[in-house]
Amino acid sequence: MTAYRLGQGGRIDRSRTLGFTFDGTALSGHPGDTLASALLANNRLLVGRSFKYHRPRGVVAAGAAEPNALVTVGSAGRREPNSRATMVELHDGLRAESQNRWPSLNWDVGALNGFLSPFLSAGFYYKTFMWPASFWEKLYEPFIRRAAGLGRASYHADPDRYEKVWAHCDLLVVGAGPTGLAAALTAGRAGAEVILADEASEPGGSLLFDSASVDGQPAGQFATQILAELATLPNVRLMTRTTVFGWFDDMVFGAAERVSRHVSQPLPGQPQERLWRIVAKRAILATGAEQRPLVFPGNDRPGVMLADAAVSYARRFGVGVGRKVAVFANSDAGARTAASLQAAGINVVALVDARVGHPAAVTVPRIFSGGVVSGTSGSRALGAITVRHAGGEDRFEADALAMAGGYSPRIHLACHRGGKPRWSDAHQAFLAPEGLAGLTLAGSAAGARTLGECLSQGAAEAAAVVADLGHTGTAAQFGAVDGDVPEGSVRALWHVPGGKAFVDFQNDVTVKDLGLAVREGFSDVELAKRYTTTGMATDQGKLSNVNAIGILAEARGVSPAEVGTTTFRPFYTPVSFGALTGSSTGHHFQPVRRSPLHGWAEKHNAVFVETGLWVRSSWFPRQGETHWRQSVDREVKTVREAAGLCDVSTLGKIEIFGADAAEFLNRVYCNAFAKLPVGKARYGLMLREDGMIYDDGTTSRLDENHFFMTTTTALAAGVMNHLEFCAQTLWPDLDVRMASSTDQWAQMAIAGPLSRAILQVIVDEDLSDENVPFLAAKTVSLFGGQLEGRLYRISFSGELAYELGVPAGFGEAVADALMEAGEPHGICAYGAEALGVLRIEKGHVTHAEINGTVTAEDLGFGRMVSQKKVDFIGKHMLEREGLVDAERPRLVGVKPLNPEQSFRTGAHILAKGAEATLENDQGYVTSSAFSPHVGSTIGLALVTRGPDRHGEEVVIWNALAGETVPGVLCDPNFVDPSNEKLHA
Amino acid sequence: MASLIRCPHCGARPKEEFTIRGAAVTRPQPDAGEDAWYAYVYLRDNPMGPFDEYWHHTSGCRRWLVVSRDTRTHETYGVRDAAAVAGESRS
Ligand SMILES: [Zn+2]
Repeated sequence: MTAYRLGQGGRIDRSRTLGFTFDGTALSGHPGDTLASALLANNRLLVGRSFKYHRPRGVVAAGAAEPNALVTVGSAGRREPNSRATMVELHDGLRAESQNRWPSLNWDVGALNGFLSPFLSAGFYYKTFMWPASFWEKLYEPFIRRAAGLGRASYHADPDRYEKVWAHCDLLVVGAGPTGLAAALTAGRAGAEVILADEASEPGGSLLFDSASVDGQPAGQFATQILAELATLPNVRLMTRTTVFGWFDDMVFGAAERVSRHVSQPLPGQPQERLWRIVAKRAILATGAEQRPLVFPGNDRPGVMLADAAVSYARRFGVGVGRKVAVFANSDAGARTAASLQAAGINVVALVDARVGHPAAVTVPRIFSGGVVSGTSGSRALGAITVRHAGGEDRFEADALAMAGGYSPRIHLACHRGGKPRWSDAHQAFLAPEGLAGLTLAGSAAGARTLGECLSQGAAEAAAVVADLGHTGTAAQFGAVDGDVPEGSVRALWHVPGGKAFVDFQNDVTVKDLGLAVREGFSDVELAKRYTTTGMATDQGKLSNVNAIGILAEARGVSPAEVGTTTFRPFYTPVSFGALTGSSTGHHFQPVRRSPLHGWAEKHNAVFVETGLWVRSSWFPRQGETHWRQSVDREVKTVREAAGLCDVSTLGKIEIFGADAAEFLNRVYCNAFAKLPVGKARYGLMLREDGMIYDDGTTSRLDENHFFMTTTTALAAGVMNHLEFCAQTLWPDLDVRMASSTDQWAQMAIAGPLSRAILQVIVDEDLSDENVPFLAAKTVSLFGGQLEGRLYRISFSGELAYELGVPAGFGEAVADALMEAGEPHGICAYGAEALGVLRIEKGHVTHAEINGTVTAEDLGFGRMVSQKKVDFIGKHMLEREGLVDAERPRLVGVKPLNPEQSFRTGAHILAKGAEATLENDQGYVTSSAFSPHVGSTIGLALVTRGPDRHGEEVVIWNALAGETVPGVLCDPNFVDPSNEKLHA
Repeated sequence: MASLIRCPHCGARPKEEFTIRGAAVTRPQPDAGEDAWYAYVYLRDNPMGPFDEYWHHTSGCRRWLVVSRDTRTHETYGVRDAAAVAGESRS
């Protein structure tokens, strides 16, 4: 094969030259070229190696269906493997590399697989790599992965931006070929909102290379004229480089727009790609038809390509695919191809028509009626072909072979919502399911065979749609089509017997493989697909599936209708992860929530930690502290001895109003809330319906019909959803309304024996124990009436403590004032780590203990669960056998016998002397910390009969960390068990 | 599954705005007995065909809805406010 740039013709801009490299070699092309057309123009025929046998492969198609010419383009973060060279637009500086070859494309060691092909037949992977199982990880998988060397992804971060957009329209037209243009024009003229999407860089579809003319104008010029009129219609949006990849429920279509893939880096302000979700009232599929390859011995040699591709390269790109081109067809498409190529000045040496008795209307040196190509030869590219015919065999030179095996309408989108394609004997193809709501097909996608039919069908379908939507308009009329050659009768020719004939080029599936699948019992189309891997490559069998079905049908002696197709699913062609991810990358992956006291914490040198969406202050290192434990120990001691201020704004906060708010709370908490007095806070325990604890927090009654609930940070959103569910679906008759106010309040804990004195500096009301006793909750005046806040006397640390809530915007100023007031008392800022130590020392639980498997009884809250209430969430499952089992793991404290030893959360508890077996497991440590107060590591644990075993020696066992520590179970309240400090 | 849900309060909105809880089962009366409660908490049908589910318009009006859909055809043939549905079943 000797491909070359024709002296004239094509839609390329010959006045400009673009430089690019392929495997490091500098080459050139023109604007308007694809990488594939530019490679052909440079006579680069070998573009890749096949997947399994590493056979040399060349360009087969001119569009999205290309199975062979997969290349890696770009470099570093913009490296894009498995790009179809037929869809890559040439641009200056483009870098492309071939794939699946080592060490080079011309000399590839993997090609030895070709000699091993008898062992690599269908089912090879299943048969060979079955056993021994232990070989998988070390031997088989690495081997398969290395051999399966299609493109490799980049390890660099993608530097580009991607975005997601919604669009709405009356009519979505998919495909801007003749059918789509006629449809868009009709609907556009009628005033409908139209989106016309096409995957190519230039709209026009087959008009860009069709040799027919419309109303005396060449097809390309006709397309230009329609596009010019569409451009004047503001209600028509043309989207090029946009692949509609899926049809989803409710007439939502997914589309990927390659905004900047045709240039080396995105234009200013533009993303690399844009993912569209298009909501259309109606849609017309004008996606055209895919020409099928013919399956004959040696059909994968570079130089063998689809007939329409050969014509497209000649007429659209000004490239001759060979100096001696042969044509092989099973319909009149053969003569049409020969004539089109000749008209472009290309030397056609033979026409092989598989049919008998269809005289060709072209003059070609060799015409074989009733002949088939039975072999090809040539070292790395086609050099000669052998034709078998009634008179014997002829072998002659040919450096390119254009094959036309019939057309398969592109019906993929029409089948995405579950409809099954139906076989048409008349078309020798599968057509779309009938009766699709909202979506119709027109033109070649619906089986039309001539340009005239496409134009009139597109216009007629659009006219019907716009009428249905209440617009008035008529189908666009076009002048007579001249030179329209219909395909004529098609001879079913699923394969030519002989040597190795490929059905699926990308996955190297041959006729023989399919035959083997049938013989071994995998003749069902879904099984045959998986057994042979036909249609499972990145092209999803666009060229191979129907041929494979035809071959299976022949082997089984049935019609393709009986074999049926495999399932069509989105995506039509591969969509980049970048487009699917959109802008949700890096810092934009999820929102960042900062507390209103974030700035205050920063001023105090906080070390922050991400917990969920929140950025929380973890600890506050001071000068000289080099280890986090130094800071945390100091903070804990300061709180126990003086006072500390901690940001607790991340707790969920919910305002609850209504005449039935108290009754509502009584039903969502397991403990009593109906009689909570105004001005009081109460610890509340929320259960799930299965009886396990869901969440905890304090809820205060600020007014008769106004409660303020706090939740844990983690379940703030979950509790809100849960309360809304209860209020709206379970008890809609209750008068209760709620709103989240988590972000409205800056909330700070002021804890420690000196906290009252410090707080009194800014609070106007008297804070004495009589006036603000433990669990008081009230609105207070601050700074001599300048501000109102909400004060709660509650404690997580076990110390005299308060929580003060102020409007978020005042948070930092109030915290500053408290730190200033506390300075003489030695106040410190303390973070989430110290908070954790303080609560473990006091035996207070968090979601480390409330882990979805614990009941109120397990955590020592058994007495809180109301026995009087008729109903509350979780009440009715509590009495189940497993939930009242005396052997259940329950909350207990644990510490090491030797204070020098420590243990970690997750360690298991074994009875002293017991062997470490599953049967002997008695529970596990849920929380642990070094306690400055106790002077050793302490922990909270869920242990069988834990509360009854205080003082018992156990083993704290952690095989993962290699730690076995003798310990003792104890009261989980390590500090001030009589709560004197709390009530001070 | 549906791509767009017609919230009775907000109109057609993308399904990503909603949270699906599951079958719209009715909570038993407090004295319904162990079996009824066990069924309510644990037992669910997985019908092929019409199915009523609780959906929460989490990123919208924050109302709980009963979405009626056909699991076979993906057709959504009714979206009602759950409080209204609860009211109907009570009266
Ligand atoms: Zn809504």
